Amino acid sequence: MNDLPKNIIRSILFILVQVFILHKIPPLHQFITPYLYFLMILWLPFRTSRTALTLFGFLYGLSLDYFLKTPGLHAAACCLVAYLRPFVINILISKEDSGFNYVSPAPSSMGWSQYMVYAFVLSLAHNTWLVFLEWLQLRNFLYLAGKIIASTGVSFLLIIITEGLFFRKQKFKTNI
Amino acid sequence: MRNVFLKIRQYFNLIFFLTLQAIACYILFHYNRFHEAVFMDTAGQITGFINERYSNIEGYFSLKKTNTELMEENTRLRNLLLQNFEIPDTSVTVVVDSIRVDSIAQYRKYEYYSARVINNSVTAQNNYITINRGYAQGITKDMSVISPSGIVGSVVNVSKNMSTVMSLLHSQAGVSASLKKTGETGRVEWDGKDPHEILFKNIPKSVQVQPGDTVITSLYSTFPAGYPIGVVTEIGEQPGANFYVLTLRPLTNFYNIQFVYVVKNLFKEEQVALEKTNPK
Repeated sequence: MNDLPKNIIRSILFILVQVFILHKIPPLHQFITPYLYFLMILWLPFRTSRTALTLFGFLYGLSLDYFLKTPGLHAAACCLVAYLRPFVINILISKEDSGFNYVSPAPSSMGWSQYMVYAFVLSLAHNTWLVFLEWLQLRNFLYLAGKIIASTGVSFLLIIITEGLFFRKQKFKTNI
Repeated sequence: MRNVFLKIRQYFNLIFFLTLQAIACYILFHYNRFHEAVFMDTAGQITGFINERYSNIEGYFSLKKTNTELMEENTRLRNLLLQNFEIPDTSVTVVVDSIRVDSIAQYRKYEYYSARVINNSVTAQNNYITINRGYAQGITKDMSVISPSGIVGSVVNVSKNMSTVMSLLHSQAGVSASLKKTGETGRVEWDGKDPHEILFKNIPKSVQVQPGDTVITSLYSTFPAGYPIGVVTEIGEQPGANFYVLTLRPLTNFYNIQFVYVVKNLFKEEQVALEKTNPK
């Protein structure tokens, strides 16, 4: 399938899953909010320009905000994830490495260990920023720390499960 | 100068990122001001549509539970029925009214809720009043608000225990009004200059108006018809138009307003639904 329609359908699905499944689950604990939707940003192709990536993150987060009636909150967090993504990728795989020859980040293109670090760092960034913005209104340190740790753990777990369930085979790009 | 541009180009991504963060934080921390105007308007329709679809589907899953609850309620109510109780008979005769149709039956159109003003402004261009009733107490958006002496405005935002009212002293406030004496209908607005003066427009020059005439809400307004708005103090003429611009003194004293009534029009939904079916 072509890249653009695939990504559009994917982002709609991610938003719907986030709003109507993950946010409808009865909370296990006050610290745990399961977030998975930002995996969409992690899946975008390597070649996406940084400006486009940041803008996409912002708009994508904002569209979730429209559903959850928290304008700007997820937009800010997604924007951060999208902005940090190229840095993390650059650290994890060097330019000469084979990783860049694939289309987009996946365990099969980056290797499981690298991909797990990548997912963990970005979900930590997402949840930290999200909880921090909430915390500015609440001012409770235990809440801040507990929620960051618990949400990141749950997000990370969900990402691993998703990767296991939906195996994305990455095509190797030959020299064009 | 060239260096500045070079720096900007070099750090373009960072600047772009920081700008978006700033926008996001601005929206987040100014939620209430934004919420009405920009955020929830068109997007709210889309998300609302999807949410409605979802809750329609979700409703099926709880049908059994809902049924059980309704059954329990039915049992409870049945137990309260009058025929379950013996009443000692003290009456002598029972007269049955032979008229089948109650031709003077009345149905209620307006319901009034009293509320106390907890915040008020008169000095800004767009003035809002906050009252101590919210949706938990039956207030919904677009209900009209009146004071004992005249009209006040209409509800724009509702939270759980309070709501904000767009006062008549607001640049977007507009009320359909008519002259009490002759019944010509026009529109009352505020030009943002003096809280003691509001404007009454669209009255044709053929009508005889005098200072001191009372202006009331018209039959078409969202307020209960015939409620006082203000008294004509000055008759101005719009150059080149066939209409007067009348200056009114509002009968509500916006400076010391303390108690208001929120008016609920019970037929509003029916009216809106009916008018929607008009061929365009």
